[in-house]
Amino acid sequence: MPDPKLSLRGVQKSFGDNAVLRGIDLDVAAGEMVCLIGASGSGKSTLLRCINQLEPIDDGAVWLDRIDISEPGRDLSSVRRRIGIVFQSYNLFPHMSALENVLLAPRRVLQRDSTAEAEALFARFGLAEHMRKYPDQLSGGQQQRVAVIRALAMQPEIMLFDEITAALDPELVGEVLQVLRQLRTEGMTMILATHEMGFARELADRVCFMDGGVIVEQGPPEQIFSAPQVARTQAFLRSVLR
Amino acid sequence: MNRRQAYEAAERRRALIVAALSTGLVVAAVVLLVPLAPGWPAVRASFFDGAVFVQTFPTLLKAFLIDVMIFAWSVPLICVLGLAVALARGARAPALFPLRIFGAVYVDIFRGVPVVLTIYLIGFGVPGLGLPRPWNSPYIWGTVALVLTYSAYIAEVLRSGIESIHASQRNAAICLGLSERDTMRYVILPQAVRRVLPANMNMLVALQKDVALLSFIGPVEILRQAGIYKSLLANFTPYVVAAVIFLAITVPATRYADHLLNKDRDARS
Repeated sequence: MPDPKLSLRGVQKSFGDNAVLRGIDLDVAAGEMVCLIGASGSGKSTLLRCINQLEPIDDGAVWLDRIDISEPGRDLSSVRRRIGIVFQSYNLFPHMSALENVLLAPRRVLQRDSTAEAEALFARFGLAEHMRKYPDQLSGGQQQRVAVIRALAMQPEIMLFDEITAALDPELVGEVLQVLRQLRTEGMTMILATHEMGFARELADRVCFMDGGVIVEQGPPEQIFSAPQVARTQAFLRSVLR
Repeated sequence: MNRRQAYEAAERRRALIVAALSTGLVVAAVVLLVPLAPGWPAVRASFFDGAVFVQTFPTLLKAFLIDVMIFAWSVPLICVLGLAVALARGARAPALFPLRIFGAVYVDIFRGVPVVLTIYLIGFGVPGLGLPRPWNSPYIWGTVALVLTYSAYIAEVLRSGIESIHASQRNAAICLGLSERDTMRYVILPQAVRRVLPANMNMLVALQKDVALLSFIGPVEILRQAGIYKSLLANFTPYVVAAVIFLAITVPATRYADHLLNKDRDARS
C-alpha cells in the first residue's frame, strides 16, 4: 500500500475531564472518501477539528504526507491552507459578498488574485448568478455551497466536512450532496462526518463507525451497512435505518 | 380593499386621532399653565428676549465654529487611539502583555475621572510646564484631554463589539489559513465596528456637547462667549441661543446616523 495521505496514530483529546477522543488510528489514502458515522457526541466533529489542528491534540500524532502536523509549535497557517474544512453552520463572513468570501484567503494567504478561478467554481456549482449577493440573501443550501467553494479556492489537498447538511431544510440537502458527488468524481481526498446514511452508502470508499471516542468498526460501506460485525454498530444502524 | 386592510386602515386612523389629541392636550397645558407661574414674566424677560437673541446670534454662531473645529480634529484622533487601546486590551501574545496592562490601566483612569476634571488637570497642568508657544495653548491641551477621555470610552465599546463576534467566525477564518492579524483586520473588526456603530454615534454626539467644557480653561468657544454676553447684557438668552445652535447640529446628526444604519441594514438583507 502506498503511503497514506493522512495518518492518525493514537490521537487523544479531552475537554477538561471529558475524554472525547480516546486513541484514534486512521489512514486515509489520496483520493479516498471516508465517512464518519456515529451518534452525536461520539467524537466525529472533534476528530475533524483535530485533523486540521483547530483543536490541539493532547496525545498521539497527525501526519500529512509523512510530516507530523500535530507537533506543538508548528506554523499552523501553512498546515490549514492545505486542509479545507466546511462546518455545519456555514460560517460565511456576513459583511462580504459570496465572491469576497471566496477571494479573501487566496489574496491574503497565497498573495494572489483568484477571481477567474473563483468565478469558475461558482459556475461549476450553479451559483454564478449569486456571486455578488451577501450571505443574508442566500438560502442555507446556497450558503453552504459558497462555504465549500471558499474552502476549495485555497486548493486544499484534503477536504473535511463536518455534518454540512445537518442544519439544512430537507429539500436543500440534495443540492449540497450533489457538490460532494462532483468533488468525488474529481478525486478529492475527503473525510465526512455525516448523518446521511444513504449518501455514505452510495459514495464512501470506507465508513468508520465511531462511539465513545474510538473507531469501533470500519470497512467498505456494503460491509458496514449490510453485515456489521460489532454489536454497538448493529445497534446504532438499527436505530438510524429504521 | 379586503377585510383585513379595511380593519388596519381604521386602526391607523384611530391611532392618529388619539396621538394628535393627546399631543395637543400636553402642548396646550404647557402653553397655558407655564405663564401662570409667578416668576414667568421675569423668566421670559431674562431667557427669551428676542432682541438679545438677534443681537448675540451671529457672534455665538461664529464662536460655535471653534467647537466644530475642536470636534473635527478630535474625532479621527479618538478613532485611531480608541482602536489602538481596544486592540491592546485584546492582545494575547505574551510579548504584548505590557500593552494589555497599559490598555486596562488607561481605560480605568480615563473612564473613571470626570471629563471636566481631566480637562482641568491636562489643560492647566501641561501648559504649566512652561512650554513655548504654541505648545502652551489651552486649545491643544483641552483637545488632548477630550481625546484621551473619549478614546477610553470608544475603546470599551469597540472591545465589547469585538467580543460579541461569535468564535465560529474566527475559526472559519483561521481554518482558511488566515493569520490572527488578518483574521482581526478582515473578518472580526469590520463586523465589530458595524455592530457598535450606533453606540459610537451616541458617543460622538456626547463629545460634540462636551467640547463646550473647554470653556472652563480658556478658548472662547460658544459657551464661554455666551457667558461673556450674559455678564455684559445681564440676560440669559445667549445660553438659550447656544442651546438652540447645539440642537441644530446634534439632532440632524443623530437622525442622519440612524438613517445610515438603516440603509446599511437594508442593503444586506
